[in-house]
Amino acid sequence: MSRQFETAGAPHFPPQTTVSRVMLQVLLALIPAIAAHVWFFGTGILFQILLATGFAVGFEALMLRSRNKPVRPFLGDLSAVLTAVLFALCIPPLAPWWISLTGMLFAIVVAKHLYGGLGHNLFNPAMAGYVVVLISFPQAMTAWLPPASIAPHALGVADTLAVILGGQLPSGLSWDAITGATALDSIKTSVASGQMISEARESEIFGDFGGLGWEWIANWYAVGGVWLLWRRIISWHVPFTMIGTVLLLGLIAWLSDPGSNPSPLQHVFSGALIIGAFFIATDPVSGCTSTRGRLIFGAGVGIITLVIRRWGGYPDGVAFAVLLMNMAAPLIDRYTRPRVFGR
Amino acid sequence: MQTHLVNEARHAGERLHHFHGGLRLRHNKKISCQVPVEKTPLAIRYFVPLRQQTGREAEPLVRTGQSVMKGDPVGRFPQLGGGYLHAPTSGRVTAIARHPNSHPSGEEGLCVVLKPDGLDRWGPLEPLTDWEGTDPGLLRQKIRDAGIVGLGGAVFPTGVKVGEASERGIHTLILNGAECEPYISCDEMLMREQPDTIIHGARILQRAIGAERTVIAIEDQMGAVNASLTGAIKRSGAAGIEIVKVTTIYPEGGEKQLVQVLTGLEIPAGGRPTDLGLLCQNVATATAVARAVSEGKPLIERIVTVTGNGIRKPRNLLAQIGTPIANLVDQCGGYAPGAARLVLGGPMMGYALASDSNPVIKAANCILVLTEDDIRPPQPEMPCIRCGECARVCPAMLLPQQLNWSIRNGLWDETTDLGLAECIECGCCDFVCPSHIPLVEWFRFGKSELQILNAERQQAETARMRFEARESRLENLKLERKQRIAQKKRALGDANEKQEKIAAAIERARAGKGGEN
Repeated sequence: MSRQFETAGAPHFPPQTTVSRVMLQVLLALIPAIAAHVWFFGTGILFQILLATGFAVGFEALMLRSRNKPVRPFLGDLSAVLTAVLFALCIPPLAPWWISLTGMLFAIVVAKHLYGGLGHNLFNPAMAGYVVVLISFPQAMTAWLPPASIAPHALGVADTLAVILGGQLPSGLSWDAITGATALDSIKTSVASGQMISEARESEIFGDFGGLGWEWIANWYAVGGVWLLWRRIISWHVPFTMIGTVLLLGLIAWLSDPGSNPSPLQHVFSGALIIGAFFIATDPVSGCTSTRGRLIFGAGVGIITLVIRRWGGYPDGVAFAVLLMNMAAPLIDRYTRPRVFGR
Repeated sequence: MQTHLVNEARHAGERLHHFHGGLRLRHNKKISCQVPVEKTPLAIRYFVPLRQQTGREAEPLVRTGQSVMKGDPVGRFPQLGGGYLHAPTSGRVTAIARHPNSHPSGEEGLCVVLKPDGLDRWGPLEPLTDWEGTDPGLLRQKIRDAGIVGLGGAVFPTGVKVGEASERGIHTLILNGAECEPYISCDEMLMREQPDTIIHGARILQRAIGAERTVIAIEDQMGAVNASLTGAIKRSGAAGIEIVKVTTIYPEGGEKQLVQVLTGLEIPAGGRPTDLGLLCQNVATATAVARAVSEGKPLIERIVTVTGNGIRKPRNLLAQIGTPIANLVDQCGGYAPGAARLVLGGPMMGYALASDSNPVIKAANCILVLTEDDIRPPQPEMPCIRCGECARVCPAMLLPQQLNWSIRNGLWDETTDLGLAECIECGCCDFVCPSHIPLVEWFRFGKSELQILNAERQQAETARMRFEARESRLENLKLERKQRIAQKKRALGDANEKQEKIAAAIERARAGKGGEN
């Protein structure tokens, strides 16, 4: 007579969210910036995203199978796709296809799965992959395009695909003709050659604050980031201290010597600072988890970025800064544990 | 020691404070508040589990075949200052046998099986007519003998609690009417329908522990409750009873959280509200106290919310302890189509029962029946992505994600350091986890492992101390023996010396004599 029921542990609620839903929302938040990227620099980025995603999913499936993990739920968590998209957004839009292959090989196989897979990686996989290709293939990784509005030779879809897959430039064009320095590049070289930054800024590649085009992409990253904040996917701590540190230290440097230091807004709106603050340094797996830890983490990324931009060998330093702080994250977490209730 | 904290706690309820984390959940309480509380009719059989509290089983005080009156004691708990179980109605004990007993473990346990005689006759009752003139010690005795336990869900024996409280010196009694779990409305209905009994119970409790004032905490969304309690306070003419509305954030009805909301103070780790001069009791417990003292009736019934989308006509029932849950469900129109899970307690902390043959127990504030849509198939567990949501919502300010790691890896010192003991098992972390890790289950496991480990350590420590004591005792014995031997030797030596002296004297005397001669 009595009725039997299945039992399960509390809480007795349908799941409120899932890892894939978290990752999906981060991907959605990137869409406006990707659209802006296409607007300013052509369709190259879309092919890079497709290529990187394809390689990432392939490597992910391969590694899951060889590690005897269920393939479908883990592929469905979208973490590999997010790694691929973030990576693609960091490389030049005309980079050859094997850049993605190498980057994803290192990101997914080494940085992610050899460390134990989702949730166990010490380093941000996208940044680890990016830094490997940046150091290994400096030439291919500096082939940046000028924004369409000032580009002498904008490439069509077919030409873009031919360049990425075949390394074939349209006849009559050289790499020098279609690529150009980024704003951060030109700041670096002008400072190195003893020029004033104000002189360098006269170039048409500069916009109102940062690089022409780039500053708008940064704005759209920020819009996506604020949406993630509102959705409670990320917390405000890392973006706040990371951007805040760059603004504050950048302001001090700029006020003390405006000739050789770009303005703080120039710093914020160039390079990978905004995408780094909202999408990369906020990666929960490789970052800090405690509130105070996250504040320190963000500030650390900001400081190291500035140091590399000012004194380092690379025009931008966000990726290196994130990786360095990834290494420090476990220690920071250990020393920033919140006080337990009643202690 | 912490007199300043105790003094600060005297202002409980004057200003409201926040606690860390917590969740705003959909209440779902209205569905069970539409009709007044109904009494359950006599059941065909009652199953009174001998294991009610978290501790050991009670010893049965009745034999099979014995007739009992309603309210007769049928079991006594060996520890925790005694405490009794009573017959829910008059009738005959047909067996003391294993039966599903609504225990969280899901295992069966001994139950007193009672067949009602249909007369529902009380045994002799001994009410105290003049409770205001009664010695507080006697009031506490009465509370203990009535088998009253905390009816908010923790079921800690009230007799023990008030006993300790009276020794510690309590200034404020906090009556907890903030039932923060969704769906549960038994306290709300009680406060609406029996405010006078609650106030009466509060005054008795206040006298039993020597408190100066009482603060009744209710949720800000309980509109009707405030008016009914205010009226009751006025009618009673008692001074020093206040009502405080607290914001509905789960788990503000938890003892530690409620104290923090009312005083801004944290109960010290490992401590109790008594450390701050406070005593918390559930409002339903206060009613049970009033019944026990002024009517002489033990705790044999409680209000149970029967609710959820899996119940046709959700409502609150006044049910006898030991009534099979199936009876309650029948009275509420039976199961709705799609009923898929039977939960004792609320959706956050309640536990699923395998069968509705389980009986109502003292802890049963709610029978929640959920449908397929309410629960959905369990998601596969994913690895932790360290998103930190669990730490954001944890009212104990723990790092659930790191606790999960340290427990799974058996890092017990680390686990203790991280404060596992302070976990109140509210389930907030489970609720928000995107990886669907059963965190609270791991924490319960960790707590029991730590308990075993600490017991082992304690044993090892005792063994070591015993060994060392034995060693030093043997050492002392040896030393003593040595000393004794030395003493003897010395004594012997002394004797020899004496004899030698005597001999020498004799010698001298002889020589002297000879010399003289």
